[in-house]
Amino acid sequence: MTELAKLTIEKARDGLRKKTFSSAELTSSCLNAIQQAKELNAFVHDTPEIAIKQATDADKTLSKGDTPSMCGIPIGIKDLFCTKGVASQAASNILQGFKPEYESTITQKLWDSGAVMLGKLNMDEFAMGSSNETSAYGDVVNPWQEANNNKKLSPGGSSGGSASAVSADLCLAATGTDTGGSIRQPAAFVGITGLKPTYGRCSRWGVVAFASSLDQAGPMTKCVRDAAIMLEAMSGHDAKDSTSVDIPVPNFESFLTGDIRGKKIGVPKEYRMDGMSDEIEQLWTEGTAMLKDAGAKIVDISLPHTKFALPVYYVVAPAEASSNLARYDGVRFGHRSSLSLGDGITEMYEKTRAEGFGEEVKRRVMIGTYVLSAGFYDAYYNRARKVRTLIKGDFENVFAQNIDAILTPATPSSAFGLGEMKEVDPVQMYLNDVFTVPVNLAGLPGISVPTGLDKKGLPLGLQLIGRPWEEAEMLNIAYSLESSASFFDKPQKWW
Amino acid sequence: MAIDVDTARKVAKLARIAVPESELSKVAKELSGILKFMERLNEVDVTNVQPMTSVTPMELKLRRDEITDGNQQVSVLANAPDTKEGFFAVPKVVE
Repeated sequence: MTELAKLTIEKARDGLRKKTFSSAELTSSCLNAIQQAKELNAFVHDTPEIAIKQATDADKTLSKGDTPSMCGIPIGIKDLFCTKGVASQAASNILQGFKPEYESTITQKLWDSGAVMLGKLNMDEFAMGSSNETSAYGDVVNPWQEANNNKKLSPGGSSGGSASAVSADLCLAATGTDTGGSIRQPAAFVGITGLKPTYGRCSRWGVVAFASSLDQAGPMTKCVRDAAIMLEAMSGHDAKDSTSVDIPVPNFESFLTGDIRGKKIGVPKEYRMDGMSDEIEQLWTEGTAMLKDAGAKIVDISLPHTKFALPVYYVVAPAEASSNLARYDGVRFGHRSSLSLGDGITEMYEKTRAEGFGEEVKRRVMIGTYVLSAGFYDAYYNRARKVRTLIKGDFENVFAQNIDAILTPATPSSAFGLGEMKEVDPVQMYLNDVFTVPVNLAGLPGISVPTGLDKKGLPLGLQLIGRPWEEAEMLNIAYSLESSASFFDKPQKWW
Repeated sequence: MAIDVDTARKVAKLARIAVPESELSKVAKELSGILKFMERLNEVDVTNVQPMTSVTPMELKLRRDEITDGNQQVSVLANAPDTKEGFFAVPKVVE
């Protein structure tokens, strides 16, 4: 039985509260679905014992009534989150065998609200990638296929395992993390909802760091309402993360009225890129019309520094990564290379890191090292930080004109084939994040909502960008867009 | 600015990543491609622009200066590749 696994969090919450089924039944449905879906390579460390124990506990809590929304809901956890006693490798060989002695704040919050852990999800190594092809566990496969073509497609990245698992109904929802688009791009590639909160909304403690000034965790779910429910459970101040902000967490779900009359939606002209496909253009125009029909006011806006967002990102993110990844030295955790006679500590570091890191991670660590090195720091790193200030300023100017949210495409294309991008110049792969990266640079909330299929039969998504800390407002506009688009198509099961 | 083989060797050394001599030219080519992409930033006038230090303006919180954690030697060492008598063990560091 895998029918229950197809439920949304909302529907499962109702069923659990009404005792139509138990969390144990719901969880076992997901565990069965995971067993049947090995070909997708989404779950890489299954934790059925933990899942069954947590489900049994949740059923006890549910029998007493008045439970949090996430109580008894089985979810998947991206491998980037440290989970106590359970392998947490960030999809890297350098963390082979690493089992944290502690739990990340976000996963702890989820367990405290009664959620059930099904296992750890595949991803790009250290969240560096846009296709889930840099993982030490191998590629994740997108459950979607083109009409009349069974070639295997990428689920996007870096949260590709989370995207594939939610889309294929292996779990009700999953955690993701987003440094430059790693929640929103894969969500769009598999036809689900993905939300990146305002920087500081969710604690980063216990989440393996990639680029600390950009990283934010968020929910990946089957619908906008589920994103609201799960975000609330993940959010909140944490004394263990000095960048987590101490402000109240709203009941996001209570904002979902679908009434967006009078809201001002900005449409930025700089996002209409040269060579943008007609299909993306059309999707965007249709989305704009839907919001207009729902009573929103559409305003043309300008974000003049948009074209510099990717180059800024590819200075700042590798710089921070080279610093964060310095800790993987073969001393305290993870892999250590076997040494030759006479090797000292420097050879140990160099061999360990050469063996443990994959190609893309090495490339980014070296780029980061270069832009931070003496003589180049000002020319690259400081210049990039200055342009980042200008990019954030663009958004501030727009929001000062009372714009409530910004509508853009989520990705420049639908999912591409696995392997198709492997031989191209790394910069071509980076272009996937062209619409999502500015949001991270400005620390803003963003959500990707699936709104249609392209000619090949693959899902496409639109992105809404919200004002800082106004995820609730952004979710309500996303909810209206979702209702108008009424896209709830599912991939045809082939696995 | 393009990265030559010598610079690639130096960067690999600084990053503590062993790169075989035979692969250095490939690495240099890839890094140069990425740097070329970054050089688009030179088009921007950044006169009088402050570099971003924090994307979300906030004051750091202070806490009481007291010990709140500790005595975790077993947990701290649990994932180490090599330990000796309660310490991390590494190859010889000094000559």
